[in-house]
Amino acid sequence: MTDVKSVPRQTQQRPWLFAAWTGLAFAFLYLPIAVLVLMSFNHSRILSLPFKGLTLDWYSMIYHDVALRVSLFNSLKVAAMATILATVFGLLAAFAIYRYRFLGRNAFRIALNLPILLPGVVTGVAMLAYFSRVGLELSLWTVILGHAVFGLPVALGPILTRLEQFPRSLEEAAYDLGAVPAQVFWSVVLPFIRSAVIAGALLAFTLSFDEVIVTIFLTGRDNTLPIEIWARLRTDITPEIAAAATLVLVVSAAVVLLSQRAATES
Amino acid sequence: MKDTSIVYLDAVSKIFPTSAGEFYAVREVTIDVQPGEFYSLLGSSGSGKTTTLRLIGGFEIPEYGEVYLGGEAVTTQPPYRRHVHTVFQSYALFPHLTVAQNIAYPLTIARVSRAEVVPRVQEALKMFRIEELGDRRPAQLSGGQQQRVALARALISRPKVLLLDEPLSALDAKIRDEVRQELRDLQRQTNLTFIYVTHDQEEALALSDRIAVMHGGRVQQVGTPQEIYDRPASLFVAQFIGKANFLQATVLTVHSALAVVAVNDVPLKASVADASIAPGQTVTLMIRPERLQVNAVTPSENQVSGKTAGVTYIGQLLESQVETAIGKLTVTQLGGAQLDRSPTGEPQTLSWNISDCLILPPPHGAD
Repeated sequence: MTDVKSVPRQTQQRPWLFAAWTGLAFAFLYLPIAVLVLMSFNHSRILSLPFKGLTLDWYSMIYHDVALRVSLFNSLKVAAMATILATVFGLLAAFAIYRYRFLGRNAFRIALNLPILLPGVVTGVAMLAYFSRVGLELSLWTVILGHAVFGLPVALGPILTRLEQFPRSLEEAAYDLGAVPAQVFWSVVLPFIRSAVIAGALLAFTLSFDEVIVTIFLTGRDNTLPIEIWARLRTDITPEIAAAATLVLVVSAAVVLLSQRAATES
Repeated sequence: MKDTSIVYLDAVSKIFPTSAGEFYAVREVTIDVQPGEFYSLLGSSGSGKTTTLRLIGGFEIPEYGEVYLGGEAVTTQPPYRRHVHTVFQSYALFPHLTVAQNIAYPLTIARVSRAEVVPRVQEALKMFRIEELGDRRPAQLSGGQQQRVALARALISRPKVLLLDEPLSALDAKIRDEVRQELRDLQRQTNLTFIYVTHDQEEALALSDRIAVMHGGRVQQVGTPQEIYDRPASLFVAQFIGKANFLQATVLTVHSALAVVAVNDVPLKASVADASIAPGQTVTLMIRPERLQVNAVTPSENQVSGKTAGVTYIGQLLESQVETAIGKLTVTQLGGAQLDRSPTGEPQTLSWNISDCLILPPPHGAD
C-alpha cells in the first residue's frame, strides 16, 4: 500500500562537505587578493592590517605619482604593440598549420608553442644575448619583441582551435559564388574566427600587461607597471602599492572577462 | 559537341596520391550536357560522381583531359571564374549571415548596388516561399528551409548551370519526396541546366532527362531513365538499377535483334542489344521481376511453369520466388493479387515478352 502522506524519500544529494571544501579552496586562492584590495582602502601608513578606516588617499596618490603613471603608460603601450604583433603572426601561423600539409608541420607547431613552455628566465637571457649580439639597444621596443614572442602561441591557440572547426565547404561555397580569395577571407573566414582572434588577443594583452621576468632582462631605462611596483616593494612598502596592484587586478580581470565573453559567443 | 554542349568533359582523369600509389578517382570520363537538361551522375560512394562534379565546379583540376563550359575551355580556371554554382550536400550556408544576406552574397561580392540587390533578394525569398525567414540565421532553420536558402543563393546571380551534390540526402524521408518534386518543377520553370549527383537510383530515375551511371571512376552508361532501366549496357548497370533475374544461357541462333537461347535446355526467345553475339556463346539474360506475368490468360512468347517457393509481402508489392526449369525466378506483383493466397508448392505458369528478356552485352576484355 502506498502511503501518500508519508515523507518522500530523499533522492537529491546535499553535499555540504563538498560545498565547504570548495569554499576553503576559493578562500585560499582569493583571500590574499581580497586583503590586498582591502588594504588599498586602509587609512594606515603601513601595508598591514588591522583596518583603521576607509580612505581613497592611496588612489589619489597614484594619480599624482608621475613615475607610476609613466610606467602604466609604458605597460599599456608595450601590451598593445606586443598584442598586435602576436595576433597578426599568430593568425598567419594558424593559417599555415590549418591549410597546408608541409614537411615539419608538427615541429613548426611545437616550436611556436615553446615560448610559453620555456621559463621566462631562459627566454629573457636568450633574447638579451641575441639583441646585444645584433647590436639592438634595449628599450621598450625590445620588451615589445620579447612579449610578442610569448604572446604569439597564446594568440595562436584559440585561433587554431576555431579554424580547425571551420567547414571547408563554407570556403568552397564562397569561391563557388564568385568570391576571390581576399573576399573569401574577409567575408567568410574572418567572421567565423573573429571571436577566437579577439579572445587570443586579449589573453596576449593580459599576459604582457603583468609580465615581469622577460621584461627585467629586456628593458632599458623604462619601467613597466609591474616592474615599478616590484622595485618599490623593496624600498618603501606603502598601501599605494596595494592601490596600484588593485588597479592592475581590475584591468586584468576586465580583459580576461572580455576574452571569455568573446570566446563563448558565436 | 564541345561547342553545342553547355558542359563538356573531354576524357578527364583525376588522380589522388595515396600511400598505396595513385588513385584514379575519375578515369577518362567524357560527358556532354545539353542546355536545359536535367543530368544526373548516379553511382555508389567512391564511384567518382562527386569528383566529376567538383571538376565541373572548379574545385579540382584534372590531371588529364579538358573541361568546357559553353564551348570554352575552363579546365584550370578557379571556381570564382566559372559561371556555374553549386548546392552543397551540407548546404554550406554562412552561419554569421542572415538568410537574406546569404542569398545576397553572390551579388554583394560582385558589388551589385544595394538598389538592385534588395528587390532581387525579395524576389528570391518569394520564389522559394521563405519571405518570413529573411532575418533569421541558418542555425534557426529546418533542413528543408536551409535547402531552399541554398538554392536561392545559388540561383540569384542567374548561373547557366547548377550543380547539385546529393541535395536531398540530409532531409527526412517525408519531405524528401516533396522537395524532389519542387526541384524538378524549378528546373522546368527556369529552364536551367542541372547536374545532379546522387547515389539514389529512384531519385535519378524520377528526376533526370539523362543519367550517367558511374562506377570505379568511369562512366558505365549514359541514357534516359528508360534506356538505363530497360536496356542496361552491362551486367553492372543491370544489377545496380532495380532488381532483375539473371540467367546463364547459351546462344542457339541469332537473327538481327532476335536470338534463341537455351537455359538448362529450355529454349527461350530474347532480344539482343549487342551485334557481336554469336551462336554457341554463353551469355547473361536479364528479366525484370515485374515483367513476368503469372498465369496469364493469353501467355506471351516465352513461357515456363514452376512452383511457388515463397512469398514476401512488401506493402504495395508482393514478391514471390518461383522454382522453374530455368532456375528460381523472382516475380513481383501488385499487392492483393492472386499469388498472396497461393501456398508454397502451388503450380504457376510464368510468361514474358521477348522485349522484356534481354541478352546483356558481355563484359569488355579484362576491365
